[in-house]
This record gives sequence, C-alpha cells and structure tokens, in this order.
Amino acid sequence: MSPAGLYHPGASVLHRLPAGLKLAGLAAGVTGLLLLDQLWWLGAAAVVVAALHAVARVPARLALAQVRPLLWFGAFLLGAQLLLTDWQRALSVVLTLVLSVALAGLVTLTTRVSAMLDVAETLLGPLRRVGVRPDRVGLVLALTIRGVPVIAGIAGTVREAHHARGSVGRPWALLVPVLVRVLRHADALGDALAARGADDEPGSRHGTSSDRP
Amino acid sequence: MITVEDVSHRLGERLALDRVSVDFAEHRVGVIGANGSGKSTFARLLNGLIVPDSGRVTVDGLSTARDGKEVRRKVGFVFTDPDAQIVMPTVAEDVAFGLRRSGLPRAEITRRVSDVLDRFGLGGFDDRPAHLLSGGEKQLLALCSVLVTEPATVVCDEPTTLLDLRNARLIGALLAGLAQRIVLVTHDLAMLASFDRVLVFDDGRLVGDDVPAVAVGRYRELMG
Repeated sequence: MSPAGLYHPGASVLHRLPAGLKLAGLAAGVTGLLLLDQLWWLGAAAVVVAALHAVARVPARLALAQVRPLLWFGAFLLGAQLLLTDWQRALSVVLTLVLSVALAGLVTLTTRVSAMLDVAETLLGPLRRVGVRPDRVGLVLALTIRGVPVIAGIAGTVREAHHARGSVGRPWALLVPVLVRVLRHADALGDALAARGADDEPGSRHGTSSDRP
Repeated sequence: MITVEDVSHRLGERLALDRVSVDFAEHRVGVIGANGSGKSTFARLLNGLIVPDSGRVTVDGLSTARDGKEVRRKVGFVFTDPDAQIVMPTVAEDVAFGLRRSGLPRAEITRRVSDVLDRFGLGGFDDRPAHLLSGGEKQLLALCSVLVTEPATVVCDEPTTLLDLRNARLIGALLAGLAQRIVLVTHDLAMLASFDRVLVFDDGRLVGDDVPAVAVGRYRELMG
C-alpha cells in the first residue's frame, strides 16, 4: 500500500520525465485550470487529468487517495460559494481545486522525493548569496515527508497503549504522550543525521542530543 | 587504531564516563555493561557524536573534536532504533542519502546503492516505502545506509535489541561477516563469542578488557 503523497514506482513516460519538467508542467497546468471558467472546459480538463493518471498507470484508489483529504473542505467550499454565487461558478471553483490537487498528487506519485529535492536545491541555489543553504531546505522537506508515517505510527502506538489500559474516548489524553515521543524521535533523528554526516561543516560538531541526559 | 585517552563526560548531573582510557585496533570489539553503565556514551565518542568534556578520542590519528567530518567518513554508526536512522521515504533514496554530497557521479551512486541492497537481501526493495518494512528489514536498511559510504569501522549500539530472535541472528551473522572493523555494544552475550576483545563498563568506568570468555565472566560477576 502506498499512502497519499508518496512515490508510486513505475516505468511510465511520466515516471521517466525529469522532475523539473514535471514541476513546470504542474505550474502551467494549475495556471491553465485557474483560467478555465466554463464547466464544460473543466470537464474536459478532468478527462485529461484522468488520462494522465492512466498513462502513469496509477491505480484508481491511489489517485482518489490524493484528493480524498479535500472531501470536507470541498463540501464546505461548495456550500460557501453557493451562498455567494450561482451553482455553475461554485462547482467550477471546487473542480479547479480538486483537479489542481489531483495534478500535484500525480507529480508526487511519479517523482522520487530525491529528484524533487534536487530541483528544490537547484532553484534555491541563488539564495546561497544571502546565507540560505539549499541542501538544508531540501533536507527539511525530506524529513517532513518522512515524518508523516513516523508520527502516524507513534500516534497509533500510543492510542493502542491507552486502549490496552482501558482508557478510551479521551483523544486529548493522547496529546502529551504523543508529543513526548515525537520529541524523543526528533532527538534520535538529530543524532542519526549527525552520524550520517548531514550536519558536517567546520565547527559544527558540538551539542548533539547525545550530550543531553 | 582508535584511542580513548583519559575521557570523562557528564550527561546533565550524571558522570556517564569516568576517566576512561583504552585503545584498540582489533577487528571485532564488543562492549557490554548494565543499563546506564556508560557503554552507549562510549560508543558515541567513537565517531564524534559526543565530544568528551575532558580527555581525547582519536581515530587513526584524527581527533573526533577537531576532525569530526573526516572521522565520520571512517566510522559509521548503527543505532538501536532504525526508525530514527531512516531519513528518506523510500529504501534506495535512504541508502543514497549518505552519498548525496559525496561528489560521486549519479550512475556510481546508483550502482553502489544497488550493490549494497543486493548484498544484504534488500534487492528489489528500492522503491518500497521505508515505513512499511518489517523491523528486521528496517535494521538491514540502516546497516546498508551506513555501509554504502564504505567506512573502515562500524559502531553498532544495540542493533538487535528491538528485533525478534530470527532477525537478531540475521543481523548478528551479517555483522560477523563484514570486512569492516566492528565495535558492537550489546546485551546479547552470545554474539560476542567470536570477538577478539570485549570491554566491560560499570558505573561509567572501564572495569574489564579481555577476551570474550573472561570479559563476559567479569560482567556476570558484576551482575551478581
């Protein structure tokens, strides 16, 4: 199983395209979607987005998993728009949002995180002059993506522990133990990054979490 | 040669290491002791994760305090919990992470990653999400991620503690077969039977340093 937001292996044309080209295509695609104001044009765009998923051989359940988090927000947005404008305009706003997220999801599913990081580091390269380290920014992005299943796993473990002790129906009681475990994980991850040389620069070798009791 | 000279180190108020001196060039060195005896702190000294409050640690003449980057190229570190060591979302990306800034051509990085995954039974796992691996597979991945950088020494801090017996044996056998020098912190005394030398820690002090049978006997005495 590949959850939303993670690379789905494959050898399709979309998988083989350079990450930079896909990101540029995504920017162009979303801009194009924003310019479409007729429902039938958006319907045609939906067919194109579905065709792109088919070309990439992304299973339907994975494609749907990319837009499922929008369900409640989309419903709220539709309701709010209906109060402000006619139903065609309201529907086109929601469709634009859903198709944009589906396109972004398609790029994520067909592009390795490391390839995305290479692009991000290249794009941020000029900011080195003002002290920004593109490799650090890339690392933060990678850790954020990696952190999603880790934190979900920690929350699951804590929830099971609470259930095992007969404590149910108080989700706020999980907050502190989850937070403590996440912070411990962050400490251990900091050590691992240092051990793997991610922190290497002159004079950077003091004060890892290992120096704390 | 790894040299630890008169090292003391505090973790908060607690004296974790108390004037420890030892040097070793052996191929297989075990480190044992009770929980809180200082053995993990000692392990973290060896690749500069901890710079001691006093004393000095050198690896082949390089100081861990002054030459940390070079020391970490020579000394890899495998942690107890592989989940904390895995940085990238997929298996091959995580192994390649340590080579990202190596300056190696992309093709060479891909070849090295593929080689190490094949060698440790993770061939074909390249694009698998790391968080979906079993505990044993995660520890194998952590080991691959260290070995791909080709360190001369691998320090392992209780790498089998979180594993079931089968995976613990697998990791133990793989470590035993490595060409690198291994410094293994462990509670699994059977793993140390074939080692060249075993260090025993107690209350922050090095209280035993001998061949496995003698050192393990000393440890058993300490544990009562």
